Amino acid sequence: MPVSVGWVWLVVVLPFLGFLVNGALSFVRPGAKRAVSTVGVGVLLLSFLAALWVASGVFAEPPHGHPYVVTLWSWMPAGSLQVDVAFQVDQLSTVMMLVVTGISTLIHIFSVGYMREDTSYSRYFAYLNLFVFFMLTLVLGANYPVMFVGWEGVGLCSYLLIGFWYENRPFADAGKKAFLMNRIGDFGFLVAMFMMFQATGSLAFTDVFEAAPGLFEVGGTTITVITLALLLGCTGKSAQIPLHTWLPDAMAGPTPVSALIHAATMVTAGVYLVARSNVLFAMAPVSSFVVAAVGAGTALFAATIALKQWDIKKVLAYSTVSQLGFMFMGVGVGAYAAGIFHLTTHAFFKALLFLGSGSVIHALHHAYHATHSDEDAQDMRNMGGLRRYLPWTAGAMWIATLAIAGVPGFSGFFSKDEILAMTFARGHEAVGFYVLWGVGTAAALLTAFYMTRMMLYTFHGPSRTGAEEERHLHEAPWVMTGPLIVLALGSAFAGLLNLPAVLPGAGWLHHFLEPVTEGSAAYLPELHLAHSTEWMLLGLATLVAAVGILGAWNFLKPSALQPARDAAPEAGLQKVLLHKWYVDEIYDAVVVKPVMWLSDRAFWRGVDVVVIDGLFVHGSATTARALGWIGSRLQSGRVGMYVFFFVLGSILVLRALLG
Amino acid sequence: MLLGPSLTVSVILFSLGVAGVLFRRNAIVIFMCIELMLNAVNLSFIALAQQLGREGQVIVFFVMAVAAAEATVGLAIMIGIYRHKSSLNVKEINLLRG
Repeated sequence: MPVSVGWVWLVVVLPFLGFLVNGALSFVRPGAKRAVSTVGVGVLLLSFLAALWVASGVFAEPPHGHPYVVTLWSWMPAGSLQVDVAFQVDQLSTVMMLVVTGISTLIHIFSVGYMREDTSYSRYFAYLNLFVFFMLTLVLGANYPVMFVGWEGVGLCSYLLIGFWYENRPFADAGKKAFLMNRIGDFGFLVAMFMMFQATGSLAFTDVFEAAPGLFEVGGTTITVITLALLLGCTGKSAQIPLHTWLPDAMAGPTPVSALIHAATMVTAGVYLVARSNVLFAMAPVSSFVVAAVGAGTALFAATIALKQWDIKKVLAYSTVSQLGFMFMGVGVGAYAAGIFHLTTHAFFKALLFLGSGSVIHALHHAYHATHSDEDAQDMRNMGGLRRYLPWTAGAMWIATLAIAGVPGFSGFFSKDEILAMTFARGHEAVGFYVLWGVGTAAALLTAFYMTRMMLYTFHGPSRTGAEEERHLHEAPWVMTGPLIVLALGSAFAGLLNLPAVLPGAGWLHHFLEPVTEGSAAYLPELHLAHSTEWMLLGLATLVAAVGILGAWNFLKPSALQPARDAAPEAGLQKVLLHKWYVDEIYDAVVVKPVMWLSDRAFWRGVDVVVIDGLFVHGSATTARALGWIGSRLQSGRVGMYVFFFVLGSILVLRALLG
Repeated sequence: MLLGPSLTVSVILFSLGVAGVLFRRNAIVIFMCIELMLNAVNLSFIALAQQLGREGQVIVFFVMAVAAAEATVGLAIMIGIYRHKSSLNVKEINLLRG
């Protein structure tokens, strides 16, 4: 093991120290913003440098067969259950560690500018540091329980940060919704862990994956149930159908939080879990196909909703749900490296899009604040023509848009194309994969369309902000535009990590991750495409992106748009899309209302009031009082009676003794 | 010698005492009836001691000593009750009725 890998705990502990210091400062010196910024950003920067150092060790001596496991201490030594607090450093966790620390550092820097005027500045940075700590625990944990600690911890931080402005009731409710939805998924994760322990007797990644081929039969019931339970956990955390509704509501949190937690890192944990458990999923073809189908379905479903949202953050939220669907498709068809590749590129361009939208909202918020207007600073109908005021933001966001839309040369093109190509490559096994490929391609077309729509309405055409407000619009400070520029470079060039097979220097990430995925290779077909087919798919992807972008450019007229307060209500399909296919309303009617009714009528007024309060509490008291009343009749207060019973008793005792 | 008549007198005295305790209302009379019962028992002890040894006579001294102590406490309680209720009728002393 390289020396630097032994220090991997430093990467994890540094953000936790930041949390402790900032948490203490939020109580002791809430106004010490300079100290909070220094600590909050400083620990992340150090953590990123430590991660680079650890990664340099992995690059110099890549682990083969056995990953590097750094055991800190024994956590649960209980009989045959032996769980250590241990970190696993291999190619997959190295990629995730670099993405998490790198993106987090940029978003922390952006937050310094974005949250500057917030009164709870130190609390914000404490939560954000804590989140990074848990996220690193999640991706570096060497067994399922340690990963689960991170899994729950990021859920907690997500809840705390969605409800960061908890004085606002809907914001606090959005936090609770995210927490509850994730609980449903966590149930699946726990069941999978129990079954895994029962079958293999261990929960460490290395033990489980080594034992699995000998214990389970391919496609058997046990392995299928385990992987489906894991998938339930993934759908909760990664906002896939049917548990996707919490993510758009999570936009209630501050925008950098949306960029970090609800786009770049936490929501990709489900993809990471599937890629980490690739041996198990490869042994359960049914579960894998379900993963891919859920992903493809979510990708298209969320993309249709994104077509008609007016809130700029809601567009990006549904876009995230849709892109996560692409990643699930990738890991579902067995292209684990492709899924992780899309995760990495997506982290760059989606973090950039969210931070860019944060910059836009920041500008509009200030403009409306200056004129004491209560217009919605997130509604795209109130924007338009902003490229004149926010040139850097507009430029950076256009790069990200071209990347997510899949324009050749940008990162998203390569990662999305690889997922679609791998799905297509499995089409000869079952026609279902061709269907998934078709659905994915349709989602890609819609992606290009709605992203261009968002850019068009936000940055082009005439300004709808208001004549008075326009004078107050200005570009964000460098502390906010700086991270945008770095992320824009990543969005443009991250595709070089894993070029398609037909290009020179192809598949670097794919080869790098091979030691992690080789356990599953035996159960999957060789995914190879003829060069002609690959060129055809690349051409088709280019065509799809071009049609989407140019279609939106020609079809949509930002000049015809009305500001939000003057806009006419939607009708027909547009209204259905604006209301997100009424999924929230359906869940409300099918799940929430019956549960509330059951709780109110059956459990509260029935079980609680009648049985527990009535029968048990009041019932036992009444019984005791009745018996006491009978006994108290003997206490008549008449001395004569007492003596009479006394004499009677004496005679009876005497008789018993003598007779 | 005189055992039979002595025990007969003892039984009569004891029965009178029990009847008095059961049926009289005045607390002092009830108290005196209790003394009567004690002395009836004392009489039977003395009579039986003639034949069975002196232990019976020793017991009589114990009973008299205890009865004296009991009389002190009992009379003190009655003075207390009388100050409180201006009556010693046990029918009216029923604070502990359930």
